[in-house]
Amino acid sequence: MRRLAPTLIKGALIGAGLLLAPIVAQAQEETPLPRTSWSFDGPFGTYDRAGVQRGFQVYQSVCSNCHSLNLVTYDDLGPNGPGGGIGYSEDQVKGIAAEKEVTDGPNDQGEMFQRPARPSDHFVPPFPNDQANRAAHNGALPPDLSLIVKERAAGLGALPWSASGADYVYDILTGFKNPPPNEKLPDNSYYNEYFPGHHIAMPPPLADDTVSYSDGTKATTAQEAHDVVTFLTWAAEPTMEDRKRNGAKVLIFLVVLTGLLYAAKRKIWADVH
Amino acid sequence: MAAPQSQNALVRWIDRRLPVFTFINHELNEYPTPKNLSYWWNFGSLAGIMLVIMMATGIFLAMEYTPNVNLAFDSVERIMRDVNWGWLIRYIHMNGASFFFIVVYIHIFRGLYYGSYKEPRELLWILGVIILLCMMATAFMGYVLPWGQMSYWGATVITNLFGAIPVVGNDIVTWLWGGFAVDNPTLNRFYALHYLMPFVILGVVGLHIMALHTNGSNNPLGIDRKGPQDSIPFHPYYTIKDSFGLGVFLIIFCIFVFYFPNALGDPQNYIRANPLQTPPEIVPEWYFLPFYAMLRSVPDILFIKAKLAGVLTMFGSIFLLFILPWLDTSPVRSARFRPVYKWWFWLLVIDVFALGAVGAHRPEGWWIVIGRFGTLYYYIHFLIVFPLLGIFERPLPLPTSISAAVTKGGGKLAGASAPMEKP
Repeated sequence: MRRLAPTLIKGALIGAGLLLAPIVAQAQEETPLPRTSWSFDGPFGTYDRAGVQRGFQVYQSVCSNCHSLNLVTYDDLGPNGPGGGIGYSEDQVKGIAAEKEVTDGPNDQGEMFQRPARPSDHFVPPFPNDQANRAAHNGALPPDLSLIVKERAAGLGALPWSASGADYVYDILTGFKNPPPNEKLPDNSYYNEYFPGHHIAMPPPLADDTVSYSDGTKATTAQEAHDVVTFLTWAAEPTMEDRKRNGAKVLIFLVVLTGLLYAAKRKIWADVH
Repeated sequence: MAAPQSQNALVRWIDRRLPVFTFINHELNEYPTPKNLSYWWNFGSLAGIMLVIMMATGIFLAMEYTPNVNLAFDSVERIMRDVNWGWLIRYIHMNGASFFFIVVYIHIFRGLYYGSYKEPRELLWILGVIILLCMMATAFMGYVLPWGQMSYWGATVITNLFGAIPVVGNDIVTWLWGGFAVDNPTLNRFYALHYLMPFVILGVVGLHIMALHTNGSNNPLGIDRKGPQDSIPFHPYYTIKDSFGLGVFLIIFCIFVFYFPNALGDPQNYIRANPLQTPPEIVPEWYFLPFYAMLRSVPDILFIKAKLAGVLTMFGSIFLLFILPWLDTSPVRSARFRPVYKWWFWLLVIDVFALGAVGAHRPEGWWIVIGRFGTLYYYIHFLIVFPLLGIFERPLPLPTSISAAVTKGGGKLAGASAPMEKP
């Protein structure tokens, strides 16, 4: 018995040591993402069509030089697209598609050939493959933008009180800064306040008047970023308006139904004691 | 609609040869149910309905999905964009998995609180644990199918666990993968099994209900029904109560499906799987987080490596549920009459939530400590608290019958749980 007590204490100490050993204070610094107001916020939010079209213009003239948009077809922009497109007519869509060339084939001679893109084609990527894209960008691969807004929501970021994927992309586009004086940037990278680790391989893509809007909107950096994020959010989930519209109908139906069921329940249970 | 007396000659004709109508009448219509079931008893039927919703949406998704590493991700996005109402079906299926687990976890904790696993319902409980295990396997394999980053890396981490088995571990992993990494053969077999498992679950659910209907439902008082005055027929009383509960549940479910469809999933899974790029953090879906925390919380113990110890601890946590009916030595079922157990129950709930939080965070600093204590407590709860409580706890006097307790309490609605406190 006398031997048992010290053994137990020793065991307890070892156990506690085992449990407590790994405490290492480690603070991670992350700049909190500022939030921006969007037309598609909230349960009744819709895509501001003019904003989406301006954003499409920014994508076409700036982003699309390096970033693909593989999941979107030209037809998606027009009335045949999911959710009715972004306001272009079928002829306009044909025109937009025809500006790009795609490789098709083989033809009946067994050869591949170039033809203008059709509305049913997916957005033509800037490079034939990822390797070519990397080679042109010092080994860094500009990611496909089809789902960039969805893939950047942090954790429960899809909830209304936290910064969304749209906020993140907007913050990156407007977050380029000079690095702090004591920090040396690696080659071919830029300092961005909101990018994890702050060193981003993408040069600042937007500046005032990078595009000139056909609708006369003043093309500030913030405006361009806001528009292109609106476009990319649409590209990530073109069926969002459908979803929210139907959600309202479904919920109204369910609330009425549940109310009736509750009344029925009260009535049926009235005689149970 | 008791069939033998049915007005309809066809019904009588069929029923004499194949008594389906008698069966339905017996199991759904007359089936005697305690009259004091609270709303916590809604979650069993809700789980059944979730299973049906998951199977129905899943079959339609399967019509459009392509199980190939080069096509899977795009085929899912095609469902989201181009298939009519595809986004709805997929969001229901995706969020349905989460809500299925919410419902089942509440169902399990209800069983724990009211002692629903005790004699004579041990097999009923064990079948339930088997369903939970099957659900976990199904959910895990389903999560791999969209072939996003978390799909791929989650599959890699979890299948690698089997590598912890001494001697044959690595061979088993290769056998599971159908190759030397998670790849097309893995995706194909996961798809086949993901389609198969729900039907296995359906079968076990059948047995679960059979076992349930043999002795009938437990109830908030945890005492047996003494006679007809204690029970009411399942229909219409519980069909309507379950329907109302279903309405409330669907409202919450639809708020997520239509307004926060991605809140419960990992955004990283919208990035195409890339075997060459490990994501900054590999986290399972939220419903696995407590188990994931246990897996990562165990250090090397003597000659057992941390990995194997973690795997054993994780699977052991489920195994404890299997033997729970024999670990709990108290003859009293309901925690309402177990003044000490009641508090320990809530401690277990807090422990599981804490482990969930641990699983969601990188294993560093205090999270490791909380994880280790949380894991330790989980085991203590089952292996020490349950057996000892039955010996040392003095339960409150039980009411003589369900109807006695109900009428004494003021004759309120049987479903209300408030007036039960007076012995």
